[in-house]
Amino acid sequence: MAAEGNSKPAKKLSLKENYALLTRGLGWEPSYEKKEDIFRYISFEGVKIHDWDKWEDPFRLTMDAYWKYQGEKERKLYAIVDAFQQHNGQFNVTDARYVQALKLFINGITELEYDSHRGFNILAREFPGVGPRIAAQMQSLDELRHATTQIHTISQYAKYFTGMNEFPYQFDRVWYLSIPKSFFEDAVTSGPFEFIVAISFAFEYVLTNLAFMPWMSGAAFNGDMATVSFGFSAQSDEARHMTLGIEVIKFLLEQDPGNVPLVQKWIDKWFWRGYRLLSLLATMMDYMLPKRVMAWNEAWEIYYEQNGGALFADLARYGIKPPKRAPETIAEKGHVAHQMWSVFYGVRDAVGFQTWLPSDEEMAWMSEKYPDTFDKYYRPRYEYWKSLEAAGTPFKNATLPQLCQVCQWPCLFTESGDPTTLSLRESEYQGQTFHTCSDGCKDIFDDTPEKYVHAWLPVHQIYQGNCFLPGVDPTAPDFNPMYEALRYMGIKPGIDGGDYKGSADATNWENWTSRPANIHEGAYTDAVRDTANPADASARKTS
Amino acid sequence: MPIKAITPDYHGDFKDGVEKFHGNQIVNIHWEKHLMFAWPMCVPLPPAMPFGALIEGVLPGIFGKHPDFAKIDWNRVEWSTSKGAFTPDPAKSLADNGIGHKTTIRFRTPGLNGVNGNAVC
Ligand SMILES: [Fe+2]
Ligand SMILES: [Fe+2]
Repeated sequence: MAAEGNSKPAKKLSLKENYALLTRGLGWEPSYEKKEDIFRYISFEGVKIHDWDKWEDPFRLTMDAYWKYQGEKERKLYAIVDAFQQHNGQFNVTDARYVQALKLFINGITELEYDSHRGFNILAREFPGVGPRIAAQMQSLDELRHATTQIHTISQYAKYFTGMNEFPYQFDRVWYLSIPKSFFEDAVTSGPFEFIVAISFAFEYVLTNLAFMPWMSGAAFNGDMATVSFGFSAQSDEARHMTLGIEVIKFLLEQDPGNVPLVQKWIDKWFWRGYRLLSLLATMMDYMLPKRVMAWNEAWEIYYEQNGGALFADLARYGIKPPKRAPETIAEKGHVAHQMWSVFYGVRDAVGFQTWLPSDEEMAWMSEKYPDTFDKYYRPRYEYWKSLEAAGTPFKNATLPQLCQVCQWPCLFTESGDPTTLSLRESEYQGQTFHTCSDGCKDIFDDTPEKYVHAWLPVHQIYQGNCFLPGVDPTAPDFNPMYEALRYMGIKPGIDGGDYKGSADATNWENWTSRPANIHEGAYTDAVRDTANPADASARKTS
Repeated sequence: MPIKAITPDYHGDFKDGVEKFHGNQIVNIHWEKHLMFAWPMCVPLPPAMPFGALIEGVLPGIFGKHPDFAKIDWNRVEWSTSKGAFTPDPAKSLADNGIGHKTTIRFRTPGLNGVNGNAVC
């Protein structure tokens, strides 16, 4: 204010000078506080950093450039979202089975973006080096943006379809959403170095291409322009996050040889946890996309076996080995999608999205994509279940599962090399029994049981009586624990989940679009106008 | 190696001790080679429940609709836990049969290996 008379235009700085001032000039040596009192969480993990200035940020993004780029992306994205809403874009997807996958996305994945925002905020406070703090700060903002853009985009679907309007509530309560929730809360409650190796490297760098590439092209192929748009809007952020991930690893490994075993342990742990989380995507890709672009096993081959193989070959010079449990992920790649869909179908009355049995056309695709596994292990199961549906006695499993103490998936996975035997692992710790789903999860439990003994396992919480709404009386004669637990979770029994055929989503879809709710099975109702073949339409009406 | 944490000697509290289940204990039961029941079924049961009551009163509610279930000869069933094979005494309690809190019981029914013997359903 005072200097308005003598302000000369400031000399414009080069990008390099600007970035140097931001990341080096902003730091200072504390004079009246001890450094270790300011950065309290930086040493307990045992990582040694000798020179934070060795940190190189290949993007050298300055704040003004950051705001400018992000602002542009937002403007473009919201213009598309507006157009999507005005043109009822939600009805342009292939059929409403696709929307069931969006329910998993908004209820289980968007919240991870928010958790990631929290985690990077902590790093932006705790790292002594200014370069990594700035990078963490930007990523923290990116992640918040990802959460909000996903919520805004999917909100249009929530106006028309069930099961999406209670997402923050459900994330904290629904039994299977403890899988993603526990993953990120494990990371956020780790030290800052474990968090950044977990999320920036193991998750962002090694694994998230699986989410971005095949899933986003699947969304495009099924006509979901809204999801594709936020995907693209996030993708350039993602490139920066991945670069941070590889930079972090190299920095830690170059700073001190003592860091190598710590980093290796975190890679082993977080690769496995990330893989278990992402294999939900396997079932989304193979079963929930009405039009499929790529099978899970193909995606795993490209994005982990090939790309990851090259990455770990490159890191070998630091003494880093590929993740310990990578062979198990390769052995499972022909099974996970089918095993997961089978259990979701079995418990469809207890989940917040609808399920169906794959059509003949879909099973033919799976036989082709999974020649070694599908016809032998999964087709017979689906065909049997189809015969039960046809007989009017569909299969349902009404009993809650044994959960893995670490990943919180039901123990549904099979032994590598023996797909008809469940891989059940147990640990004894201080006189108590703990179950895990695999050697990968058992490694993690056995390493730090102190942390995992207090995992909030939904099945046990239900049986302890902690998952009922206030006022519910478990001693009442007509008390139905499953029904009450679902109400507590925010799932409307019989509406959000259950059989897709006959559901509100399927029926509304046909009423609103006059197109079949399942492109592979033909219409469920006579709301679908078969103008090309009116005889078929009237035949349906009477059947 | 103990966990590295901000608080020295950090230890989470045990969330699932048997005292939290109102007199019940958690038992997980898996029928091998019948993978349409694709996970060990988790149920809360009184430790004093006779093993025979588990067979007659609990298992039918979980697995009863499977066509193999009615054909099971319970004298021939092979039972095991992580401690190895065992032969239950149906008159004795779960506890006296060695079934404790969070024990997983696996049982195999020789000659009955799923619909069409394919083990996957
Ligand atoms: Fe993100
Ligand atoms: Fe697990």
